[in-house]
Amino acid sequence: MDALMLDGNAAAGLLQEIFGSEMTTAVGTCDGCGTAGEVGAVLLYRGAGLAFRCPHCGNVLMKIVVGGERVWVDFRGLRALELNT
Amino acid sequence: MEGTAVLGRLNWRAAEVVELTPETSQTKTITFDVPGWPGHRAGQHVDVRLTADDGYQAERSYSIASAADGPRIDLTVERLDDGEVSPYLTDELRTGDVIELRGPVGGYFVWNPHAEGTVFLVAGGSGIVPLMAMARQRALESSRIPTRLLYSARSLDDVIYRDELAELAARVDGFDVVYTLTRTQPAGWDGYGRRVDTDLLREVGPVSSELAVAFVCGPTPFVEAVASGLVELGHEPARIKTERFGPTGG
Repeated sequence: MDALMLDGNAAAGLLQEIFGSEMTTAVGTCDGCGTAGEVGAVLLYRGAGLAFRCPHCGNVLMKIVVGGERVWVDFRGLRALELNT
Repeated sequence: MEGTAVLGRLNWRAAEVVELTPETSQTKTITFDVPGWPGHRAGQHVDVRLTADDGYQAERSYSIASAADGPRIDLTVERLDDGEVSPYLTDELRTGDVIELRGPVGGYFVWNPHAEGTVFLVAGGSGIVPLMAMARQRALESSRIPTRLLYSARSLDDVIYRDELAELAARVDGFDVVYTLTRTQPAGWDGYGRRVDTDLLREVGPVSSELAVAFVCGPTPFVEAVASGLVELGHEPARIKTERFGPTGG
């Protein structure tokens, strides 16, 4: 447990800005353990950027860094992302 | 359609402070008038952005405390002494001031008025805020969904919305409140006086066959303890929705 930990809900605004739609109810599948779950429920760590971790195995699903007018998104740990249309 | 309030690009909106209401020694409710506000669902947040004279910007996410009702929204903000944003919001803002906010955002931690069974709300400290929006929305809609709020605070003086919660419970429409005061209890206190643990959840919460959904909000250690306690009691993890308030709330 880490006091700096939040959950995916806390990034709802930024995710909506990046993806253009509500993302906390989107379902992501972890590339580490294969567990699927809603983005609002994943663990969020804030430092220089945001790291989203799987609540089951701790694998880093996604990293986002905002710098000035640019945003970098790293999806390496995410096998799939299912959005509501 | 349901999604109109949450889909699409987010724009920063000008929000004018129309009312300031002290709640406890550390919290204040700020009522904003937001022209064009699209409405929200109970449990959603807004992002607040402050810009300094030199252009430096700070953003924070705050839960909406009010039920959806026209262009006005309430945020209840806890003052964190070393925070960057909250002391400004609680100490410096005056009525007539205009700040920027965007939202509503979030769709995961929201009240579902069509849930079957009992809704269990578990609040730690200022984690009551989005749960209060749910209690208010429920009352506004004259919902009779059985709803129990377990509210953990350090002392009675730290309980936010105490009078209003008493009024909501007095409607006898299926909503009730159980308090636990973890640090100091007034003389003659007949509520709980300890931290929320699995035994307390067993005594206060619905059995697993009756739980529609549990919404748990508070500091991270509180949320972890409650969520794991509920799982230990046999509740399905998918029915437990959590929202952690971290130090980034500053």
